[in-house]
Amino acid sequence: MEQTNLQLNKPDSQTNEWDARLHHATRATREDWAGRGISYLCIGAIILVVASMLWFISSKGIATFTQNHVSVWKFLTGTNWAPDTGHIGAAPMIVGSFAVTFAAAIVATPFAIGTAIFMTEISPNRGRKLLQPVIELLVGIPSVVYGFIGLAVVVPFMRHLVGGSGFGIISATFVLFVMVLPTITSMTVDSLRAVPRYYKEASLALGATRWQTISRVILRSATSGILTAVIFGMARAFGEALAVQMVIGNAAVMPKNLISAASTLTSQLTSGIGDTIDGTLPNNALWSLALILLLMSLFFNALVRFIAKRGQLKHER
Amino acid sequence: MLKQYSFEKTAVQSFDAQTTLALKTEDLQVFYGANHAMHDANLGFPKNQITALIGASGSGKSTYLRSLNRMNDGIATVTGKIWYHGVNINEPNVNIYEIRKHIGMVFQRPNPFSKSIRENIVYALKANGMKSKADLDERVETSLRGAALWDEVKDTLDKSALSLSGGQQQRLCIARSIAMAPDVLLLDEPCSALDPISTVKVEETLLELQKQYTIIIVTHNMQQAARVSSQCAFFHLGHVMEYTSTGTMFSNPQIPVTQDYIAGSFG
Ligand SMILES: Nc1ncnc2c1ncn2[C@@H]1O[C@H](COP(=O)(O)OP(=O)(O)OP(=O)(O)O)[C@@H](O)[C@H]1O
Ligand SMILES: [Mg+2]
Repeated sequence: MEQTNLQLNKPDSQTNEWDARLHHATRATREDWAGRGISYLCIGAIILVVASMLWFISSKGIATFTQNHVSVWKFLTGTNWAPDTGHIGAAPMIVGSFAVTFAAAIVATPFAIGTAIFMTEISPNRGRKLLQPVIELLVGIPSVVYGFIGLAVVVPFMRHLVGGSGFGIISATFVLFVMVLPTITSMTVDSLRAVPRYYKEASLALGATRWQTISRVILRSATSGILTAVIFGMARAFGEALAVQMVIGNAAVMPKNLISAASTLTSQLTSGIGDTIDGTLPNNALWSLALILLLMSLFFNALVRFIAKRGQLKHER
Repeated sequence: MLKQYSFEKTAVQSFDAQTTLALKTEDLQVFYGANHAMHDANLGFPKNQITALIGASGSGKSTYLRSLNRMNDGIATVTGKIWYHGVNINEPNVNIYEIRKHIGMVFQRPNPFSKSIRENIVYALKANGMKSKADLDERVETSLRGAALWDEVKDTLDKSALSLSGGQQQRLCIARSIAMAPDVLLLDEPCSALDPISTVKVEETLLELQKQYTIIIVTHNMQQAARVSSQCAFFHLGHVMEYTSTGTMFSNPQIPVTQDYIAGSFG
């Protein structure tokens, strides 16, 4: 019906000419297609890799519970980690991981916020010229270097200070603190810079002091960004393997205090993965640890998204 | 080509001893680095009157206004004297936070905090040490009434200030300033982002407020200057060219540059 309408009063030949002109492919349209095709291909490949990784880790990690019939509850709460004799209680590693992660985040956050405030509000010039490059440098240092410094400096220092071997949660916390500090700082700086200048001006014009302005207006409106920064720092700390392994002592026992040897999920994985045979319980148990790591990183991710959404809502409301 | 006007020929009024001035500047100069943005501004602002500052874009109106409550600290160098209650407040050892409590400012762009309406108003009061809930509530109501916003928001005080319309946000910013009970109110093009109806509301608010406050308003809108102000100062390229009563300014300007500007045949 529509077609008849369009062709009203027009000879067939002319319509066809336009039809051809408007439908034929040119270089521009072919480039469009090729570009779209290539990007879909790349995305497809990435999705495939990620999906198979998830599948691989999940299927292997679940084998402990399905094939070896270990109860999930026992795995999560058991404190005896001796896979060779069939005891696989992962609680010491879980506790170790969370302990170093939270401790590092708690210590690093005030430092990071303080540094970020200095860089954005107190001395933006020196911040940009001096601190920015330092932070970028710190982010780029490979973790093995941090671990090495921890081993050579922090561990002997702790041994000297509190006795014992010097390996343990406190040394790991210190190394992780240094490692996550630049991450949290630079993201906090970004979120402070994103606070509109007119908020600051409005506050100052009302007679609020610089400190009141920073604490009640600037930090307040950057809260969701700062939380995101801290979570990213925690995700990094949670997943860090090498540096932690070098200073924590790698004893798969429930940490009794901060200065005795302990272990984390990652340190246990890296130190244990070479010694097990594929398909056996000790090997499956390690995959289960990897599964916990995977779930945790998904959790951190979800948390970041949740916070971003909340922040957005607050601004729209 | 821009027409050249002599900066020598100015017509700036001064006031006799009978007129109480809330604020007065003497030889005020402002420099942004090497850019000399304000030359020798000598203006007095009669108490409980509205003074309008007009002039083309870039003539230094905001620069002048922001100097009055020391908002240019750290941005520009300001020399000369600013007299307020017999004190020169353009001195380094003057407490700028105290000044800004007495000389409030409203900006061109409505800039409420992303907090609730109530929080926007009590923010500065709390920062200033006011704690009692009853006192705070009372200030919220009186300042919102003062800014002619109370009836529109009294049931939604805990809603985000960002959910208000632009005109309401600007009146909230005015309310936020007058909550501190200043005696001078500086407004930098407060209506430029508003529609005509909101503009009328803000203007009515200002006319009501001049009973209690001394108001200095920058505006590009000549009708607005004519409607609300009693005194009017014309700025041109960093110089105050003419300062007279608003009636004279619009009916009988004294010098060529003002005549051309008012007639719209500028440059
Ligand atoms: N923060 C700043 N840094 C440097 N120069 C500035 C700054 N603010 C203003 N100036 C300069 O000072 C001069 C006067 O600007 P000002 O903003 O006071 O003009 P205005 O009269 O308020 O103009 P408008 O009507 O467009 O708001 C201009 O030459 C401008 O470039
Ligand atoms: Mg301006």
